[in-house]
Amino acid sequence: MSTFDFPPSIASRPTYGALAPRAGAAQIMLADAEGAEALLAVAQADPELMHRAHVIYIPKHTGERFTDPLRAAAPDILHIAPSYPACTQRLHRVFSAAPMGAQIYLAGTEGLIGQAMALALQIGIPKSAIQTEHRGSVARRVQCVHCKGITEDVMTDPFQCGHCGLNLFVRDHYSRRLAAFQGVCIDAEDPGNVPPSVELYS
Amino acid sequence: MSAGLEKLPVIVTAKVKLNDLVTRFEFAHASGKALPPFSGGAHTVVEMQDGAKTRLNPYSLMSDPMDPTQYAISVRRDAAGRGGSVFLHDKVQVGDKLMLGMPVNLFALDLTARKHLMIAGGIGITPFVAQIKQLQTTGGAFELHYSARSQALASYADDLRAAHPKRVNLYLDDQNQQIPLERLLSGQPPGTHVYVCGPRGMIDWVLATAERLGWPPEAVHSEEFLAPQSGKPFTVDLAQTGKTITVGEHESLLEAMEREGVDAPYLCRGGACGQCETRVIAHDGTLQHNDHWLEDDERDGSKIMPCVSRFEGSRLVLDR
Repeated sequence: MSTFDFPPSIASRPTYGALAPRAGAAQIMLADAEGAEALLAVAQADPELMHRAHVIYIPKHTGERFTDPLRAAAPDILHIAPSYPACTQRLHRVFSAAPMGAQIYLAGTEGLIGQAMALALQIGIPKSAIQTEHRGSVARRVQCVHCKGITEDVMTDPFQCGHCGLNLFVRDHYSRRLAAFQGVCIDAEDPGNVPPSVELYS
Repeated sequence: MSAGLEKLPVIVTAKVKLNDLVTRFEFAHASGKALPPFSGGAHTVVEMQDGAKTRLNPYSLMSDPMDPTQYAISVRRDAAGRGGSVFLHDKVQVGDKLMLGMPVNLFALDLTARKHLMIAGGIGITPFVAQIKQLQTTGGAFELHYSARSQALASYADDLRAAHPKRVNLYLDDQNQQIPLERLLSGQPPGTHVYVCGPRGMIDWVLATAERLGWPPEAVHSEEFLAPQSGKPFTVDLAQTGKTITVGEHESLLEAMEREGVDAPYLCRGGACGQCETRVIAHDGTLQHNDHWLEDDERDGSKIMPCVSRFEGSRLVLDR
């Protein structure tokens, strides 16, 4: 199991549940990497539901590991995408065409869940129709609050902004609009005085 | 007293018979003042002096919510009811003075919705008339599906269809027309909210279909006012006031408390709003819960809604 217990944090920090099959007019599933395990658990709990589902899956580093099991679960549509940006047009169309009553399942990394959640809410899908489950990497999507550049898959704290080069402290402060945690310059008052980087949650 | 709300003295300015069952009453402030604006879906409790008896019945406001010069209600004559609607139809005339409760909305539009899907049955059309007027001002998307027994009894259908030909759909029982509910609820765009007002059977049908199709509960709204049901008289001990009162056969527990001068809160008088919820201190018998308010696990003998619920047994003590 690729699950992780996030320590308690501030109110703005997203929390995640466990996907469960839910009756609905349409079934839309999106996962990246180990998030596939959560979709496969839904398929095992309710194989018929999976046969009606539109699944979009981004394997990332897992390669072929989950694509065959997903295919074997026989969703109505299975789309394998190379990255989240590569499937946003499809996702936008699928979410926009979803009737009220559609159930949305998001599983995998925080960056994927957060971005898809923001897109779904912007389109008007009710929050209560969206289930989330974190699986796999605890890496974060971080916005540099100074240059506004977003860095994906941040694993260490502090880290250097890939856009402006500032040393950023990774906060739990989270923007639902941007689907990103906030990174704030850690050595503004004493340039160069940067504590050693540690892996997140280590 | 209704939760400390002041009341509005009004004068009946028009009484318009719409068809065999429904009559519209229009009111202006008795001293010419502006009536407070309300939001579409709000109701008012109409206070009628029927001889020594005070009748209090809730009716949805159906005039333009932003029009301070008048309020209007449409009343369906219920010959089998406890007499409030018949009193209005037969006794209340233009020029009469009445007291209205301040508007209270238990059936408001959710203004975060992208679209409002309205389903009305019979006299359940009234809150939607006001909501549609509100949406005309604010420009919200809506669609009305209105079911009535016959063209003659379809109150306001002609007006609504003339004003919104593409948004108003009428279904007539005597033409064997039925709202295609399954299809309607399966094809709504994201962000739609559904509202239903009508007979119990229709509300249950819409709620059950929406749930089966996966609609989130917060996107599904319903309103039904229950009339208090008659039943065997019973005696109640009121612990706070120290009074012992008897509730008559055609009287509600709330009405009996009011008759005895007990200050009991209320808003809707129809089992929907929760304002009159009262703690049961002790009882030896059966509480007959008729409300929409209490959850199943609260119907364990600890609470009662005096506006519609009754009691059968030897002893009931309330915290009032």
